[in-house]
Amino acid sequence: MMRKITPVIEWGTLLLSTGMVCFFMVVILWDLISKGAPSLSWEFVSTLPRAGMTKGGILPAIIGTVLLTMITALVSVPFGISCAIYLNEYATDNWLTRTIRASIRNLSGVPSIIYGLFGLALFVQGLQMGTSMLSAGFTLGLLSLPYVIITTEEALRRIPASTREAALAVGATQFESIRDVVMPTALPGILTGVVLTLSRAAGETAPILFTGVAFYINNPAGFLNQEFMALPYHLYMLSTQHQAIEQVRPLAYGTALVLIIVVFLLNLTAFYIRYKHSKND
Amino acid sequence: MTNKPIKLSGSSVNVWFGSKQVLKNINVEFPRNQVTALIGPSGCGKSTLLRSFNRMHDLSPDARIEGEFLLEQQNLYEKGLSVTEVRRRIGMVFQKANPFPKSIYENINYGLKINDVPKNERSEIIENALKESYIWDEVKDELQKPATRLSGGQQQRLCIARAVALRPEVILMDEPCSALDPLSTLKIEELIVKLKKDYTIVIVTHNMQQAQRIADKTVFMYLGEVIEAGDTHTIFHNPKNELTGNYVKGHFG
Ligand SMILES: Nc1ncnc2c1ncn2[C@@H]1O[C@H](COP(=O)(O)OP(=O)(O)O)[C@@H](O)[C@H]1O
Ligand SMILES: [Mg+2]
Repeated sequence: MMRKITPVIEWGTLLLSTGMVCFFMVVILWDLISKGAPSLSWEFVSTLPRAGMTKGGILPAIIGTVLLTMITALVSVPFGISCAIYLNEYATDNWLTRTIRASIRNLSGVPSIIYGLFGLALFVQGLQMGTSMLSAGFTLGLLSLPYVIITTEEALRRIPASTREAALAVGATQFESIRDVVMPTALPGILTGVVLTLSRAAGETAPILFTGVAFYINNPAGFLNQEFMALPYHLYMLSTQHQAIEQVRPLAYGTALVLIIVVFLLNLTAFYIRYKHSKND
Repeated sequence: MTNKPIKLSGSSVNVWFGSKQVLKNINVEFPRNQVTALIGPSGCGKSTLLRSFNRMHDLSPDARIEGEFLLEQQNLYEKGLSVTEVRRRIGMVFQKANPFPKSIYENINYGLKINDVPKNERSEIIENALKESYIWDEVKDELQKPATRLSGGQQQRLCIARAVALRPEVILMDEPCSALDPLSTLKIEELIVKLKKDYTIVIVTHNMQQAQRIADKTVFMYLGEVIEAGDTHTIFHNPKNELTGNYVKGHFG
C-alpha cells in the first residue's frame, strides 16, 4: 500500500512545484504582454520620446541598453574567460589560487549598488571619464566579471581529463589542447553562463545610476562619452518618478516588454550558437 | 621464443604522488614488434607505469618520477627533448574511448595538423590509418559525421587509428577493451595482433584470457612492484612466483 502511495506523493510534489513556477511565469508574462503589447508599435521602438515622455518612442533607451550590454561583454568576456582558463587549467592548487577563487566568489555576492559607487569613484571621478556610457559599461563589466569567471570555470571543470589527454597524446601542447579541444567542447556551457550574466547586466539599474544613465538626453544616443538612456532605468522612472504616472503606465509596460524582448533575443543568439555546435558532437 | 631487440625500457623507476610511493624500483623491457601485457590487481600502478613512458604525468604537479626511461637509445626525460616529440613517437589509447568532439575525419586530421604534416598528404594518411585500424569500411561514406555518434567499439578503433596515423614506434594501451562488448573486444584484439607487425605494443588488461590470446610477453605487477615478467605462456602456466600463480588463476584481483 505505502509502496504505491509514496511515488504518487513524490511525483505529485515535484509536479506541483514545477507547476507553481510555470504558473507564476505565465502570469507575469501574460500581465506584461497584455498590458505592454498595445503600446508596442514601429513608432514606439524607432522614435524619440516626446511631450515629457508621455508620447513618442523609446529608441534612445533601446540603443543605450544594447550598446551598454556590448561594452559590458567586451570588458567581462575576454578577461573573465582568460581568468577562468588560468585558474582551471594552469594554476596549481595553492593558497594563492584558493584566495583568488574565494575573492571572486565573494565579489559575485557584492550588491550591485556597491559596484555603482565603486564605478563612480574609479571611472567617473578617478579616471575622469565623467558620467558616460563608457563609465557605466565598465562598471557593469566589473559586476559581470565574477559571474563569467565562475560559470566558465564550471564549464571547464566539466570537461573530463580524458578529453584533454586525447589531445596531449597526439602531441598537442597544453595550450593547443585548451584552444582546439577543451574550449570548443566547453563553449556551449561557457556561452550559457555569458548570456545569463549579460541578460542580468542588461536589466541592472543600480550600477548605472551614478555612472551615466539619464532620464532624458537631448543629443542623439550612441556617444560613448555622453550620458545615455537605458531601458531598466527608463522603466523605473516611468513607473515611480513621472509626474503623470497613470498616463505613462502603458508606456512603462511597453518598455518592460521591450526589455524582455531584448534579453530574449540575446538568449536566442546563444541558443542558436549552441544548436550549431551540438550538431558536431 | 626468439629474443627480439628491446624497443622501450624503464629501469630503477620510482614514482610518487605527493608522499605516496606508487611505483617501487621497477625494471621493465618491452621487445620490438611484440605485444606485452601489463597485468595486476587494480591500483597496483599499471596505468601509472604506462603513462610514465609518454610523460603523461608532466602536468600533474604532485607526481615525482625517478629512473631511466629509454626509447631505444633515447632518454625520454632528457632535458631539451620536447614532450610533444615523445608523444608523437609513443602513441596512446585510453581505457574509455575519447574521440575529439569533432568529425571522424577531423579526429585523425587534428594530430597530423599539429604535427605539421603537409596538407596534401593528409587525406591519404587518414584513409590508410582508418584501413589499418579496420574501421574504414564502416565509416568511409560518412567521414564528416561526428565521431561521438559511432558505437563504443568503433570509437575505440578510431582512437587507435588516430594514434596509428602519426606513425608512432610504440603504442600504449590502457585497458582499451574494458568498456566494450565481447564482439568489439574481439575485433580490437585481432587489430592489436595485426598491428604488432609495425609497432611495439604495451597493453594493460584485466582480462586474463585476453592477455593469453594476444600477448607475447606478460608483466605481473603487485603493489607497485614488478613481481614477475616473462613469456606469456610461462607466466600463465609455469610462474616462478606463488603470487603470480594465484593471480593468474583468479584467486585474487
Ligand atoms: N594523479 C594521481 N594522484 C594521486 N594518486 C594517484 C594518481 N594516479 C594514481 N594514483 C594512485 O596510484 C596508485 C596506482 O594507480 P594506477 O596506476 O591507476 O593503478 P592501476 O592502473 O594498476 O589500477 C593508486 O593507489 C592510485 O590511487
Ligand atoms: Mg589503470
